[in-house]
Amino acid sequence: MKLNGARILCESLIKEGVEVIFGFPGGSVLPLYDVLPRYPQLRHILVRHEQGAAHAADAYARVTGKVGVCVATSGPGACNLVTGIANAHLDSSPVVAITGQVARPFIGKDAFQEIDITGITVPITKHNYLVLKADEIAMVVKEAFHIAGTGRPGPVLLDIPRDVFIEEATFEYPEKVELHGYKPTLRGHAVQIKKAAKLIAESKRPVILAGRGVIISGAYEELRGLAEKAQIPVITTLLGISSFPEDHELSLGMMGMHGTAYANLAVDGSDLIISIGMRFDDRATGRVSGFAPHAQVIHIDVDPAEIGKNVRVTVPIVGDVKNILRTLNKQLEAQKHLAWIGQVEEWRRAHPLHIDHDADKIQPQYVVSKICEVTQGNAIITTGVGQNQMWAAQHFCYRKPNSFVSSGGLGTMGFELPAAIGAKVGRPDETVWAIAGDGGFQMTIQELGTAVQDNIAVKIAILNNGYLGMVRQWQDLFYERRYVATPLSSPDFVKVAEAYGMPGIRVTDKSKVVSAIKKAMKHKGPFLIDFVVEPEENVYPMVAPGCTLAEILDDPRKKVEFKLKPRATSNL
Amino acid sequence: MTKHTIVALVEDRPGVLNRVASLIRRRSFNIESIAVGHSEQPGLSRMTIVVDGATTAVEQVRKQLDKLIEVIKVTDITEGRIIARELALIKVHATPSTRSEIIQIVDIFRAKIVDVAADSMIIEATGDEEKIDSLYSLLKKFGIKELARTGRIALLRGGTVPE
Repeated sequence: MKLNGARILCESLIKEGVEVIFGFPGGSVLPLYDVLPRYPQLRHILVRHEQGAAHAADAYARVTGKVGVCVATSGPGACNLVTGIANAHLDSSPVVAITGQVARPFIGKDAFQEIDITGITVPITKHNYLVLKADEIAMVVKEAFHIAGTGRPGPVLLDIPRDVFIEEATFEYPEKVELHGYKPTLRGHAVQIKKAAKLIAESKRPVILAGRGVIISGAYEELRGLAEKAQIPVITTLLGISSFPEDHELSLGMMGMHGTAYANLAVDGSDLIISIGMRFDDRATGRVSGFAPHAQVIHIDVDPAEIGKNVRVTVPIVGDVKNILRTLNKQLEAQKHLAWIGQVEEWRRAHPLHIDHDADKIQPQYVVSKICEVTQGNAIITTGVGQNQMWAAQHFCYRKPNSFVSSGGLGTMGFELPAAIGAKVGRPDETVWAIAGDGGFQMTIQELGTAVQDNIAVKIAILNNGYLGMVRQWQDLFYERRYVATPLSSPDFVKVAEAYGMPGIRVTDKSKVVSAIKKAMKHKGPFLIDFVVEPEENVYPMVAPGCTLAEILDDPRKKVEFKLKPRATSNL
Repeated sequence: MTKHTIVALVEDRPGVLNRVASLIRRRSFNIESIAVGHSEQPGLSRMTIVVDGATTAVEQVRKQLDKLIEVIKVTDITEGRIIARELALIKVHATPSTRSEIIQIVDIFRAKIVDVAADSMIIEATGDEEKIDSLYSLLKKFGIKELARTGRIALLRGGTVPE
């Protein structure tokens, strides 16, 4: 069957099970857009800026476990994808980005809207291709989806010149992929797993650090099995949130810079860390030289390059988390760590997360906790980056697997709205809330138009404090309150939403918070709430830069300053 | 030993060298040299990369290179018994009065004179880095006009090939 390149691409995408494409057309990809009506199975969602397409595809991939697809034209279109691709790369999200390129005779001539996007994206993709013949498209698509979705997932970019879309070739979809240089290790080494089981059996003060790898691998049951059988407290990274139910008695919430005090103290005081699908990011570990000084480390990850990159590892196990935990759990005897769990519970009681219920103004933490209450934790939360993200991580109780979508590695402000759109498209039956800050929201605010045009029923909660809040917090704590370039004037967000055709309300009164959330939930389509919150609220607890997890600062208003004396716990 | 010799078998495709170079730059790996050429297998090239182990986590270099899709196999052969060589071309200033002294030095090093002009000679030398370095330092006093070195290439001794 002879088809043009554009049709070969569509046929190939359908073979890969693609149902949704987030994109924005332009000259170089026009031949592709021209054939889209022939393929009603491929739903195209028009974004307002290509960054939104990449974020939406990224979030779509995270909530469905499928590969997300975004499309942009050459030059500026491709460049606008870059932030979104980098975001997917750092958070190991499987995305296939398709860009148009100028026609082959113009490549290298600085033609109109020509940019070397394969060159630009070398360090931020798992792999990329410049496709120079129509008869290569099918194989490249097959390889791209395989690479993006297996092993440690990540973005793959396909750059396709305009005339390759038009060129005809025989379409035949390959049955399998042969990549000699790409064979992810999935099964953990038996000897290593045995060693890990032995360390766990000997440990007195173990903790589990669960990362996004647990979610990618779908190892929820296995993680729970391990924690319950060996009675080990479970702490998540930011992106590990919702890998383990937070209402479980063994859950200590999140670790790191704004993790719970009890999680950080438990990591610091532990004698064994079982880290699962996480990569010891600096925001999670605090000062790495003082990280968990008494602990041996079992590191389970599908990416061998993560082992030993940031912290020294006692027992490395490379492979798929789910596979490895299954084998490991079988080798473990039931255990109890009563003294240790008693200590952890003491920390939990002494240093709970704090919401100031006496304040007159709306506290941002209060808003998040009420969204949790009204939805009964039954929602997917997407976040921006900064204070809103940390409060969303802290004050929503994540009970459902894979219900938290956030930009962890790159820290991309403005992720929340396009991510919510992608999540809602991927899981239309779920309630999806985007928790935003007033600063970051304006970076992708135009995607309100996307939600309205396709009636994608996302609910948006802006925690509007009139500042670039997290930067202001750092100026408050480390720059003697010199608020340079952080006070922020914003448009009337409700009017903006209404101008796009989306209803919204502004909430300034604490007593109206719950009814506003309920109103948003009741409304069938997308809805925006602008919560005017306490302007100078800070995120606590906090591990200041350069400090260890034990040196975590609690909210000064609680007037309980504490530091762990690490040696004090070593006799447990 | 601070200098590590890493050998990578890579697909012979456009952009592969760029990917490797980009990775080395992006991760701030310090490399002494990189040499690329065809291997015994059609479609595959062999890269020899010399890494300074004192400033760079060599294991990370190996693992990160291995993540590149077009890199088939990466081996740190430093610990093995290896034959390591590089080729240098040295253009040295030479007058009738210095020519014979230069020829003597070249003979001692079993190097070759591959070009002679009125006021210069080009010397071709093969050997490990130390040999090239000492030849270079002996020729320095005559005035070096140009120097080109290939960087190290290396193979394991005997019949073994890296795993």
